[in-house]
Amino acid sequence: MAELLLMRRFEIPDSHTLRVYRETGGYQGLAKAFGMTPVAILDAVKRSNLRGLGGAGFPTAVKWGFLPKDSPKPRYLVVNADEGEPGTFKDRYLLERDPHALIEGMTIAAYAIGSHLSFVYIRGEYIKPFRIFSAAVHEAYEAGLLGKGILGSGFDLEVIIHRGAGAYICGEETGLISSLEGKKGWPKLKPPFPAVRGAFDCPTIVNNVETLCHLPHIITLGGQWFAALGTKTQGGTRMYSVSGHVVRPGVYELPVTATLRELIENHAGGMPRGRRLKAVVPGGSSAQILTADEIDVTMDVDGLRDAGTMAGSAGVIVMDESTCIPEALWVLARFYAHESCGQCTPCRESTGWVEKILARILSGKGRPEDPDNLLDIARRGAGTTICAFYDGAVNPYLSYVEKFRSEFDYHIHHGECDVQPGRVVTGLGTR
Amino acid sequence: MSLAGQMIAFTPAQLDEVRRLQALYPDPRAALLPVLQLAQEAFDFISPDVEQYVAGLFDLSPAHVHEVVTFYSLFFTKPVGRHVVSVCRTLSCHLLGAPDVVAYLKERLGIEAGATTKDGKVTFFTVECLCACEMAPMMQVNDRYEGHLTREKIDRILERLE
Ligand SMILES: Cc1cc2nc3c(=O)[nH]c(=O)nc-3n(C[C@H](O)[C@H](O)[C@H](O)COP(=O)(O)O)c2cc1C
Ligand code: SF4
Ligand code: FES
Repeated sequence: MAELLLMRRFEIPDSHTLRVYRETGGYQGLAKAFGMTPVAILDAVKRSNLRGLGGAGFPTAVKWGFLPKDSPKPRYLVVNADEGEPGTFKDRYLLERDPHALIEGMTIAAYAIGSHLSFVYIRGEYIKPFRIFSAAVHEAYEAGLLGKGILGSGFDLEVIIHRGAGAYICGEETGLISSLEGKKGWPKLKPPFPAVRGAFDCPTIVNNVETLCHLPHIITLGGQWFAALGTKTQGGTRMYSVSGHVVRPGVYELPVTATLRELIENHAGGMPRGRRLKAVVPGGSSAQILTADEIDVTMDVDGLRDAGTMAGSAGVIVMDESTCIPEALWVLARFYAHESCGQCTPCRESTGWVEKILARILSGKGRPEDPDNLLDIARRGAGTTICAFYDGAVNPYLSYVEKFRSEFDYHIHHGECDVQPGRVVTGLGTR
Repeated sequence: MSLAGQMIAFTPAQLDEVRRLQALYPDPRAALLPVLQLAQEAFDFISPDVEQYVAGLFDLSPAHVHEVVTFYSLFFTKPVGRHVVSVCRTLSCHLLGAPDVVAYLKERLGIEAGATTKDGKVTFFTVECLCACEMAPMMQVNDRYEGHLTREKIDRILERLE
């Protein structure tokens, strides 16, 4: 495996402690950062070609650059640790196995953007990650690595750990901000973007855990060095979460130039029991599905976009030949119907209809016009909603039906599955 | 305010924690989620009386608090068992047998998803991706993630519960 950055401490015993973190080079990036100006840090991040690893792949330095220069209001850094995208689990590993890397990264970010209060929003179900991260924050305060005059620099940073309460939509940055403000997690119309008007109506940068964990080595080793690991438009490595039908599910850190085939076949060990690959979702459930002959693609943001899908959260879900694609789509449709916040009519209604139509198809009562209706319903409303949740649902709706149309038609015409004849799917129509 | 004759009120120590949380954020109302989490720990679930009590601590309307409570899946508006078992049913877990896990739990516990066993021991929910898909099929048992579930493993986990 290529050089590990994010995962280099994962196998070391007690990697979550300050002692081990320091013994392995921890907090040297922060010390170096305090010797630089915030502008020089922004410049290093710009040269690194670091792109956000939470889902949208937006260049980190560009996002920071949106902060208004002249606002008298305080600025906030919000760490998105609400990991919820189906198929993704990398942030959980970072919080549990290298929490000080996140503390160091967010302190560098806070110093660069001039923020003295940082919120870490951790999904409510992540109790062990919350406990480990909280203990690390406590250690950091005790050691003068958080609080007033960090490392003698004169820079102050307070951290508030805020626990979510169970809602996928709070991973969306404006939904997260609503939730942080004590409301239900309804996303907000953009613009204004959070960088201009975010949490508590103040300029706010929302960054993902993994994005921030990259900052210490970008500062230590240099932006150019990080950029050289990747493509022209995206630097570095990232953590791929691999699950589904593979021999070795887990997290793998690879340069973004690695291909999906390498990841599945070499790293995750290919399909169990010698089965053949059928399809892969490369970037969390909201990414378009790829067929078995579409996996010779590099997994950088632009490479996957050019392949008609998206890098998203880098959650790779592998499906072998035993998979019923209409059933897989119904499982996801149930997820989207369940998680829509209900604020926009197209999203609220379409996610419900799609789930019902798919349940009908699977129960053997599908109608010949159902696949076209699915495509039609899905397309309506795409791009019209307050947040990108609905577009993230449309991606699977359209790509599964378009690429595996014959399986949907078979169910409709024969009343059963062509992949697993006679199989009865349970739980249809239940939430 | 009362619940089955019991007063709904935080202890002085819990009230100190409420004030600390409210002072922590730029806007005290941002402490609503952590205070509701505290309330659920103290009163086991968020009844309308608890909503009203918490609303009073924030100078918010009970309607606002109700809207927040019902938006999030981890706030319980009804009593739950001593143990909460949440089975993930999203794609990676589904591919590796979540439907069998759900069916087996229904059989063993003798209840449907969302219900509590008669002895008040276990409430079992089906939930969406808990982001531990590498250990699929998996479930959360109180504060622990349990993965690579088989019937034997589920038996062992249930037997451990008091
Ligand atoms: C429906 C939806 C869910 C999202 N869930 C997450 C999430 O769980 N974690 C995350 O970091 N970003 C998530 N995002 C992306 C965030 O909105 C935001 O782009 C990201 O946190 C920014 O951080 P980055 O620039 O470091 O990637 C989600 C976006 C959408 C539309
Ligand atoms: S698109 Fe869906 S999830 Fe996003 S704000 Fe609208 S209703 Fe809510
Ligand atoms: S699909 Fe079950 S944990 Fe992700």
